[in-house]
Amino acid sequence: MYKIVNKQKIGEKIQSYEIYAPEIAKNAKPGQFVIFRIDDKGERVPLTIVSTNIRDGLVRVIFQETGKSTEHFASLEEGNYIKDFVGPLGCYTKIKKYGTVVAVAGGVGVAEVLPVIKALKKAGNKIITIVGARSRGLIILENELKEQSDLLLFATNDGTYGTKGFVTDILEDIINREKVDMTYVIGPVPMMQAVAEITKKKCIYTLVSLNPIMLDGTGMCGACRVSINGKIKFACVDGPEFDAHLVDWEELISRLMLFKEFEKISYNKFKHEQECKCYKK
Amino acid sequence: MLQKIKMYDRDPKVRNKDFEQVNFGYSQEEMFKEARRCLQCVTPMCRNGCPVEIDIPVFIKFLTEGNPKQAFEVLKQKNNLPAVCGRVCPQENQCEKFCILSKKKESICIGNLERYVADFMAESPIDNVFIKKNDVKIAIIGSGPAGLTCGGDLLKMGYDVTIYESLHDAGGVLRYGIPDFRLPKKVLNIEIDNLKKLGIKIILNTLIGRTKTLKDLFDEGNKSVFIAVGAGLPIFPNIPGENLNHIYCANEFLVRVNLMHSYNFPVYDTPIYKGKNVVVIGGGNTAMDSARTAIRLGAESVKLIYRRTEDEMPSRKEERVHAKEEGVEFVVLTNPIKFIGNDKKFVKAVECVKMELKEVDYSGRKNSHKIDGSNYIIETDMVILALGLHPNPVLPSLMKDLCTDSRGYVIIDENYMTSISGVFAGGDIIGGNTVIKAMGMGKKAAKAMAKYCSFTFAESNKI
Repeated sequence: MYKIVNKQKIGEKIQSYEIYAPEIAKNAKPGQFVIFRIDDKGERVPLTIVSTNIRDGLVRVIFQETGKSTEHFASLEEGNYIKDFVGPLGCYTKIKKYGTVVAVAGGVGVAEVLPVIKALKKAGNKIITIVGARSRGLIILENELKEQSDLLLFATNDGTYGTKGFVTDILEDIINREKVDMTYVIGPVPMMQAVAEITKKKCIYTLVSLNPIMLDGTGMCGACRVSINGKIKFACVDGPEFDAHLVDWEELISRLMLFKEFEKISYNKFKHEQECKCYKK
Repeated sequence: MLQKIKMYDRDPKVRNKDFEQVNFGYSQEEMFKEARRCLQCVTPMCRNGCPVEIDIPVFIKFLTEGNPKQAFEVLKQKNNLPAVCGRVCPQENQCEKFCILSKKKESICIGNLERYVADFMAESPIDNVFIKKNDVKIAIIGSGPAGLTCGGDLLKMGYDVTIYESLHDAGGVLRYGIPDFRLPKKVLNIEIDNLKKLGIKIILNTLIGRTKTLKDLFDEGNKSVFIAVGAGLPIFPNIPGENLNHIYCANEFLVRVNLMHSYNFPVYDTPIYKGKNVVVIGGGNTAMDSARTAIRLGAESVKLIYRRTEDEMPSRKEERVHAKEEGVEFVVLTNPIKFIGNDKKFVKAVECVKMELKEVDYSGRKNSHKIDGSNYIIETDMVILALGLHPNPVLPSLMKDLCTDSRGYVIIDENYMTSISGVFAGGDIIGGNTVIKAMGMGKKAAKAMAKYCSFTFAESNKI
């Protein structure tokens, strides 16, 4: 059993948890992830590790309530326990001095980009961070990002914060203005794909952290397979980071649609049960 | 000569709709009849066919005397998981093949008798086994058949054994791979609980190499480590369309059903697609397990495609018979060459080609060759690939000093020791392919590890 030591709501339907897992805290590196399972009936859900506190044995994860498991997770309180929490999984980010790095994050991907830019900054890179969100209320971790970025820019769809428009608009501006040595992208697939297309034209090395459907997360089942340069790779053990210019995006998008109908069934059942409980009260 | 006593199989039309066992084992009367057929040979050959060297005639003798408890003791001396082995061992290629009666095709049903003993004793509490503890710590990586056997043996020798498992439940392939109708999870739980009662520690959710390193294990005082991480990455056919939706590796399909209980979605959160016209590709036990599971999930048809004939299939004959009885259709001398998807990239058909058998290859099986122009289409909405597995790459890739061969198998010496001193390996990670072979290796490795520990111990005492 793994204890939720701290819980904090940091945005609209976005939660930050610190879980007590000293061994994971000790060995985790930027870019790696954990898999949690709430209870015996739960599914295995991957989440990127945002930060660790080795002294107190804590692992921080941030997630958005988007379906049954994340809403269930969000309904737990500080001091509650979850059944399973395994990690750190996947390969960690190769940190080195590239020069100027543009980090592009969409939505809750901000949480996942944070540990990477922190390490890249420490390695002497100039960090330009571009954050995209639908609206101001969905922007998280602004202060932490500011600390780790030489320049921090925002794009919102509705124009409530930063530039009105997309991260790609800002990215193109920057690329036209100055020399960029590397781009790191994490967020919704269409955003990652759009960024990859821009940087490909300019031959800028671009890493993406992929989020296919995952099951065991230890290289055993093949659920998370992605095509990289036409070859099958397993996001859980070969990734989750890959060269963005080699990813078969269409395939990834279609594979992410696999269980959409099931997710709805599971979510509706969960909501129904929650409502029933309220009614009984 | 008396004929062998067959187990009563449940009606295929009934059992292919549930996950209960195919048969419920011998009654006491049947057990006696079968056990008494044993000739109690002066030089028993059956023992030679057993990878863990169970004293087969002796346990059968105890059965004929109506003493299953004593029979159980004999089994337990060599086998930490008799209820598992009685069910999933390919006895027809091992002990039963060597039985003198096999010449007349009436070999003793040793597996059925082993299962009887284990099940009979499962309900009764285990005796307090006196173990003289030596306080030497040993770590086992992986809780599958090799790990459990090695750990169990070392435990009985007095070692302080901890097993690390990366998944959220113990048992390895016995948990996630073999379906309930072949090995009920209740049976597995009893076997594992028995080891726990004897003092084995099992720590879940720990991926050695990532959560903890090998160095951590030695730093924590372990004197020796056994790597039994099993098979890993599934093999793909490398043909167009293999990443279309509803094309699953057998491992994914079976993990969803067995480990995550997705047949009971949405009570359990993990979903599974229940295919209507399922195609399974492969001829091993995993292919049979997948096909039979698909039937139980309600498929209207399940076609099992194999490039050679049934005679060349590596699966057990019993599994093939059960599969066919339950409605699995075998499409042999056929190979897939392409998967065809609909506009949403869901699989809708498999393009196949007919094969013919020609010369015998290095494995002793006939090579299969494509027949040009014989292409045809099989319509399907779900494909399960059961083409085998590569060894698990996670741990070896993280341990530079651990030598592997070109295919990724960990290299061991004649004592099961790897290229790292004190680190041993066994099971699918070194190239076993059945539960019992993995157990046999776990057993031999346990002996070698004990020898290693007592030797290094003696050395350090001198200092």
